[in-house]
Amino acid sequence: MYRQTEIIKDDSLTTDGRGDLVINVGPQHPATHGVLHLVITLNGETIKKVEPHLGYIHRSIEKMCESLTYRQFIYVTSRMDYLSAHINNHACALCVEKGLQLEIPPRAQVIRVLMDELTRIASHELWWGAMAMDLGAFTPFFHAFRERETINDIMEETCGARLTMNYIVPGGVMYDIHPNFQKRVKDFIQLYKRKIHEYDELVTGNIIFQNRMKNVGVISAEDAISWGCTGPVARGSGVSSDIRKLYPYEVYNKLDFDEVLETGCDSFARYLIRIREMNESIKIIEQLIDNIPGGDFQAKTKNVLKLPKGEFYSRVETARGELGVYIVSEGGTTPYRIKFRSPGFSNLSILDHIIRGGKIGDLVAAMGTLDLVIPDIDR
Amino acid sequence: MWNFNHIASEIHEWLNSIFNPTWTLIIEMVIAGVAVIGLFAALGLVLVIMERKVSAWMQIRLGPNRVGPKGMLQSLADTLKLIVKEGLTPDGADKLLFNLAPFIAMIVAMLLMAPIAFARDFQMWDLNIGVLYISAISSMSVIGILMAGWASNNKYSLLGAMRSGAQIVSYELSAGLSVLAIVVLTGSLSLSDIIQSQANGWWIFKGHIPAIIAFVTFIIAVTAETNRAPFDLAEAESELTAGFHTEYSGMKFALFFLAEYVNVFIVCAIGATLFLGGWMPFHIGNWQSFNHVMDYIPSSIWFFGKTFFLIFVIMWFRWTFPRLRIDQLLNLEWKYLLPISMINLLLVTLIAILGWHF
Amino acid sequence: MSKEELKVKISGLLPIATFDESGEWLNINVEPSEWLSFAKQLHSNETLFFDYLFCLTCIDWKTHLTMVYHLSSTKFRHNIVIKSKLDRNKPEIETVSFIWRTAEFHEREVYEMFGVNFLNHPDLRLLILPDGWEGKNPMRKDFEDPINMVRL
Repeated sequence: MYRQTEIIKDDSLTTDGRGDLVINVGPQHPATHGVLHLVITLNGETIKKVEPHLGYIHRSIEKMCESLTYRQFIYVTSRMDYLSAHINNHACALCVEKGLQLEIPPRAQVIRVLMDELTRIASHELWWGAMAMDLGAFTPFFHAFRERETINDIMEETCGARLTMNYIVPGGVMYDIHPNFQKRVKDFIQLYKRKIHEYDELVTGNIIFQNRMKNVGVISAEDAISWGCTGPVARGSGVSSDIRKLYPYEVYNKLDFDEVLETGCDSFARYLIRIREMNESIKIIEQLIDNIPGGDFQAKTKNVLKLPKGEFYSRVETARGELGVYIVSEGGTTPYRIKFRSPGFSNLSILDHIIRGGKIGDLVAAMGTLDLVIPDIDR
Repeated sequence: MWNFNHIASEIHEWLNSIFNPTWTLIIEMVIAGVAVIGLFAALGLVLVIMERKVSAWMQIRLGPNRVGPKGMLQSLADTLKLIVKEGLTPDGADKLLFNLAPFIAMIVAMLLMAPIAFARDFQMWDLNIGVLYISAISSMSVIGILMAGWASNNKYSLLGAMRSGAQIVSYELSAGLSVLAIVVLTGSLSLSDIIQSQANGWWIFKGHIPAIIAFVTFIIAVTAETNRAPFDLAEAESELTAGFHTEYSGMKFALFFLAEYVNVFIVCAIGATLFLGGWMPFHIGNWQSFNHVMDYIPSSIWFFGKTFFLIFVIMWFRWTFPRLRIDQLLNLEWKYLLPISMINLLLVTLIAILGWHF
Repeated sequence: MSKEELKVKISGLLPIATFDESGEWLNINVEPSEWLSFAKQLHSNETLFFDYLFCLTCIDWKTHLTMVYHLSSTKFRHNIVIKSKLDRNKPEIETVSFIWRTAEFHEREVYEMFGVNFLNHPDLRLLILPDGWEGKNPMRKDFEDPINMVRL
C-alpha cells in the first residue's frame, strides 16, 4: 500500500503511474520556515498526499546530552526551538530541579516567567510576519520585526544574546536583571499597545486573508487529541491544553490570565488564538513587572549536579505547544537518557491528514498556522 | 497617419528635402522604432526604482540609497548586472520556444505603445479602432507566458504558466467590458476622439456612477491581467519560487521583468486616457481663472502625472494585500466582476441614450 | 483519580500488571504481548479515559530495552506511565497507532533509533535518518561512530 520512498533527484516531470504529479517543496524553500522537505502528490492543483521527509537538521541532541553534565546540556537545548529559547531552557531547568528537589527563590521565579512571556510574544510576532509573507503580503513582516527587535534588544541587555539566551539555569537565573530592564519592558508595553490595532487593521480584518484562512486545515477536536496536538493547534479546536493552567509551574497559579480557546477548528481560529495570546502575555507581564520580589536570583547548588536514580518529567508551554523533558537518571553526573517531547513533532504529523483535497495555497496557509520550527522537530 | 508636434514636423520637412518620400517614410519609422525602444527601456528603469522606493516607504525602510544620489541610479546597476549574467538554457528545454518567449512578451508591450497619446498632438498612430486594437494586442501577452512555462521543462514553471493563462484570459472579459462603458459614452473607438470628448471634464466625473463602477472594475481587472499582486499567483515567490520565469536568467529575465513593468505602465496609461482625460487638464466648469492656470501646465505633464498616480495605486495594492488562491481568483472574476461589468454596461447604455450624463 | 484509585482500577483490568509508585506518576509494567489489548481498554474505559498519548520513547538498559508510554486523560487529567520490557536481540511490540494516531511518527522514530519492530504499523520506515541508512541503531548504547561522535 505504501511505496518505498526514493529521494527525487531531479525536478523533471515524474508521475506515480496514475497521472499524478509529484513535486518537492523544500528543503530550501521560502515558505517552509527551516529545512522541511515535503513530497507532494498533486492532481492538477489539488493535493492528494503530503509526505514530510525530516532529518535535514537532526543533530542528535538526545544522544549528545547523554555525555554532557546537567549544567552543560542546557546550552544545547536552546537550539532546539530557537524562537522560544528561554522556554526550552526553563523546561530543562525545571526537570533537573525536580530531580534535585530544589526550591527556587521567588525573585528567580518571577524573572523566569517574565522572560518566558517576552519570548512568547517575540515568537508570535515572528510567526505573524512570516505567515503574512507566505500568504503574499510582504509588509507585515517589517511591522512584526519592529516589535521583535525591541524585545531582542531587551534580551541582549540582560541576557547577553538575542536568540539563544542560555539565561535560565538549574537553580534560578544566571545573573540578576539589568537595572534598565523594568523601564525598557514598560516602554515596550506602551509601544505594543499602540501598534497592536495595526495588526488587526492590516491583516486580521482583511477579507482576502480571511478567505485564505477560513475552512482551511480543519482539525476536529478528536483528531487534535488523537494526533497529540498541543498549543494553539489544539486550542483552535476547543481542546483545553494550556500547561500554564492545567499543571501550573513557577508563579502561574497566582496570575490572572485567560486560556484562549476558539471553536472554529480552522486556520483562522488558530490565527486569532495566537494574536490573543500575545495580549494575554502582555497582561501577565504587566502584573509582574512592578512586583519583582527582592532576594537571591539563584538557589545555592553544588557545582557538579548529580540527580538521584529515577525518572523525572517536566512540561512547559512553549509558543508552539507542550514541551516535555523526560530524564532517566542512574545517579551519575550525566543523564542516562533524555527525551524531548517536542510540540512540533506531533503538530507536523497531522499535516497530511488535514490538507488532502486542498490546493497548494491551502498547504501554505495550513503550515503557517501550525507554526512549525523544524529544528524543534528534528532535534 | 502621423500626428507630430512642430519639432517633429520640422524633421519631416528636413528629411523630405534630402530623400525621396519612400525613404523619408522608412527613416521616420526607424526613428519611431528607436524612440519606442528607448522609451521602453527608460520606463522600465524608472518603474523599477519607483517600485523599490515605494515599497520601502511602505515598509518603514529606505530602499536603495547607495548607487547615485538617493539611490536613483540603482536601475543602471541592475541592468549592467543582468547584461553580464550568464543566460542559461536548461537541459531538455525547448530551445526555440524558450528563447522566443521573452521576445513575444516584449514585442506585445511595444506594440501597445503605438496608439497612446502622450501629449497634445503627440500620438504615434491614431487609428480609428484604437480601443479594439489595444484589447486585441494585449490578449497576446498570454502566449509569451505559456511558451515560457512550457518550454522551461520545469514543473513549477508549468504550474505557474497554467495559472497565469487561466487568469489572464478570464480577466480580459471584465477589462474589455469596463472599457466598453466609456466607448458607449463617447460614441467612438478612436483614442483621440475619446480624449477630445473629455475637453469639458473627465469621464470619471461626467459619467458619475457607471463610470466609477467601470473604473474600479478596470483597475481590478488590469491588476490581474498584468500578474500583479494580489493576483500574482504566476510568480508567487513563497509557493512556487518565481513561477513561469524560474528558469530564465540574464538578459532574457531582464526582458520579462521589463515587459511586466511596461505592461503596468501601458494599462495605467489606458486607464488614464479613458477615465481621467488623457492629456486634458483638470477643468472645473466655468471657473475661467482656474482653468487658465491649469492650462499652463503642459499636457505631457498631465498625462504622465495621471499615469504615475495610477501606477502608484497599483503598487500600493501589491504591498498591502496578500495573494488570492487560484480558485478564489477565478471566482472573483466569473461570479462577481463579470456580472457587475455586464450590468454596468446596460446601465451606461441607458444613461448614454437618455443623456443623463454631464 | 489518585494513584491509589488508579492502581485499584488498573489491576482490575489487567491482574498480572506490576506497579511502581516511587515516581511522580503511577508506573505500570506490562508484557509486550498484553500491551495492545490493555491499551485498547485504557483508551475506551469510561472512568479512565486515557485519550492522550503525550510521550512515547524507549530506553536502552544494556541487557534489555524498555518501551515507555506516557498517557494522560483530557477529561480527568490523570497521568500514568506504562513500561514494557523487550528482548534486546529481537525487540517487537504491537503498534498502538490505530488507537492514538500520534504514535505513528513516534514509533517510526523509535524504530530507526532503537531497532524496535512495531507489528502492524501502517508505514514503518526511516523518519529522521537519511534514506538508505546502513548501520546500527544510533540511540543504542553500543553505537560507535569514531568519526562523528565526540565524547566530552
